[in-house]
Amino acid sequence: MITKAKDINEKISWKDLTTGCEIYEPGTSVLTKTGEWRVRTPKWVVDKCKQCLLCAPYCPDASIPVEDGKRMEFDYEHCKGCGICINACPFDAIVWEDEAE
Amino acid sequence: MAYNLKEEMNKAERFHSGHRLCAGCGAGIVCRAMMRAVDPEDRAVICNATGCLEVSSFQYPFTAWEDSYIHTAFENASATASGVEAAYRVMKKKGKIAENENVKILAIGGDGGTYDIGFQSLSGAFERGHDFTYFCYDNNAYMNTGTQRSSATPRFASATTTPSGTESLGKKQNQKDLTQIMVAHGSPYVAQTTLFGNMKDFHEKAHRAIYKEGPTFVNVLTPCPRGWQYPAQDLIAICKAAIDTCVWPLYEVVEGEYHLTYEPKKKLPVEEFMSKQGRFKHLFKPGNEWAIEAAQEYVDTKWEELLQKCK
Amino acid sequence: MSIRERMSGNEAIATAMRQINPDVFAMFPITPSTEIPQYFAQYVADGKVDTEFICVESEHSSLSACLGAEAAGARAVTATSSAGLSYMNEVLYVAASLRLPVVLAVACRALTGPININHDYSDSMAERDSGFIQLYGENNQEVYDNYLMAHRIAEHPDVRLPLMICEDGFITSHALENIELEEDDKVKAFVGEYHPENYLLKKENPLAVGPYGVSGYYMEARVAQAYAMKNAKKVILDVAKDFEKTFGRSYGFFEEYKMDDAEIAMVIMGSSAGTAKACVDELRREGIKAGLIKVRVFRPFPGEELSKALSNCKAVAIMDKSEGFSACGGPLFAEVSGACINMDKRPKMVDIVYGLGGRDFTVDAARSVYDRLSSIVETGEVGEIYTHMGQRE
Repeated sequence: MITKAKDINEKISWKDLTTGCEIYEPGTSVLTKTGEWRVRTPKWVVDKCKQCLLCAPYCPDASIPVEDGKRMEFDYEHCKGCGICINACPFDAIVWEDEAE
Repeated sequence: MAYNLKEEMNKAERFHSGHRLCAGCGAGIVCRAMMRAVDPEDRAVICNATGCLEVSSFQYPFTAWEDSYIHTAFENASATASGVEAAYRVMKKKGKIAENENVKILAIGGDGGTYDIGFQSLSGAFERGHDFTYFCYDNNAYMNTGTQRSSATPRFASATTTPSGTESLGKKQNQKDLTQIMVAHGSPYVAQTTLFGNMKDFHEKAHRAIYKEGPTFVNVLTPCPRGWQYPAQDLIAICKAAIDTCVWPLYEVVEGEYHLTYEPKKKLPVEEFMSKQGRFKHLFKPGNEWAIEAAQEYVDTKWEELLQKCK
Repeated sequence: MSIRERMSGNEAIATAMRQINPDVFAMFPITPSTEIPQYFAQYVADGKVDTEFICVESEHSSLSACLGAEAAGARAVTATSSAGLSYMNEVLYVAASLRLPVVLAVACRALTGPININHDYSDSMAERDSGFIQLYGENNQEVYDNYLMAHRIAEHPDVRLPLMICEDGFITSHALENIELEEDDKVKAFVGEYHPENYLLKKENPLAVGPYGVSGYYMEARVAQAYAMKNAKKVILDVAKDFEKTFGRSYGFFEEYKMDDAEIAMVIMGSSAGTAKACVDELRREGIKAGLIKVRVFRPFPGEELSKALSNCKAVAIMDKSEGFSACGGPLFAEVSGACINMDKRPKMVDIVYGLGGRDFTVDAARSVYDRLSSIVETGEVGEIYTHMGQRE
């Protein structure tokens, strides 16, 4: 039995599947790069950002990482480009990349 | 402890990226916030009804959950949670789980798995008094199968089984008031919230619900960009309109006592909520004014009733 | 020392449960299994067990709660019958595919309609493809013994499958019969504690259960489940061996009654076997080489072993106590005849559907079956393969 999600794929034998298709580790979904779905890309305008963090909890994809109370650059590997963060920001510090000057 | 967004966002993530919910799906925001409401030192077990969230957050071998998670079927999230809770109690009693360990049992389902097919098991679990919190991400229709009407679909919304047409203005019935029904179960904590711009209201209600002993219920109006037909980035504006029009009032019921947690300074007309969404588009054609009036009348009546209860 | 007692099958099952002291029992009543949770509720009320006993609002929920409990790391049990088992149907499949070894006692009863509370196997046979292991008992003793072996089979790491203990509704569930019970501490020692490797409440690592499985995994998952059921055959025999060593009573996949030189035989299940054995004894006194096979383990189905046991017979009647509405035979017939398909020399076979909804099965009725088999042997003519018995014409 292969127990680590990173080693489980559609090429392995039925004998290597976890019993009952259980998973024994947390958050293995990060291995799926949903950033590939993105059609439009939000861009963080650092100069305008007041670090109010209103955007961070509104990302459905946990793609606005926060470290030591400050937001970091987007996790573009997972950001699906929904744009909720653009409207969440009161300071125009997030814009669509294709609309940025 | 007072709500502090910075501290909340410093917490380790417990609903991870890489899940397969649609871009802009409100359920992703709900799950992240729900898990932040579990204190970092406590573990959780999430019991999920079949639905968008289930197929998207645990597609073998990828789980978006930091904590233990179980999905068994569509209509039985509460029954499954009852079993987990019974196991937790007996394993503590038998010393298989240490006295100082705290595990919070959460159930989550959409309106299909909560208002409708899962209602029997929800009602049963609340009557029995299991110590767990049920979160409903109410997106007003069966979204996983493609926006069929549910008992949570509001009157006049076009759904794929209640489409608008020359002889129809969408769904004929008003939304079932599940929050009130859960209050009637005698639950020690029932609340309604939504995703209207800050997270304080959601967080405080979720935390109170999770840390109140007994079966507690949080009903979250959760927009679905595909089903409601709006640009994904407008989620907050739609939720804000829902609370300012009183289509979705924010309140909580603690041990039977009603508290309004938000009262709009100026109550807006229902059009403010409806006009932002394609599912109500047909109501804005000439000749259908009566429908908007009827929707307004219903919202006004329900709002007055709620104000009476909150006095 | 065994304890001689007199009790019903339901009380025998409840007694086994009390001795095992499961962590969680989720119940919903239905005739004729209701007494099982009732007896157990009294054990709870009297402090004889420390089980969490939860009275849920339906059978769908009772099994769902068992799944939650079992996945969480607890040993979970329930009981049901008839429509209750049908209402569980969806969750039975989930239990097996999640590989959660819940033990479910079934007092087998007819399915509607018309609504009927008496015995046949239409409920349990309808769930033969659910992925549950199914053990059937002839009387309260066998049902009790099967129950003592159940958890060890279901929870074995090579198996990890849910298991049904089937008793005949009313006939076994309610009739008082003599029984040898084993001592509580010996039962506890035999069954042991439940120690799953991973469970929802485990501190060291989380567990995620019940994913969506795309086509790239579904087939593999089902094959793994199929092999777990194959593995169960060895485990069932190993546990039976240990059971015999511990308690002295011996069990296999099926019981062979006077089969050594039998030319005509019946394949039957449950309490009817007792009646049929009386008939076999009569026939033997008359010099007729009659025998009987009573199937104990229906899932996994011991096809190879059964076909071997029948290989020297000339004619065999498969006795189905449920209708499959296939228009060509009941479920037991499908299994037995299918198992014999590749035998070089195989007996003629007929299927007889009998005893539906509690219709009596008598020694005379059994004799008519053997008479028919004798005439098949004499004439070489099988006649109609699929017939019913005991109904008014």
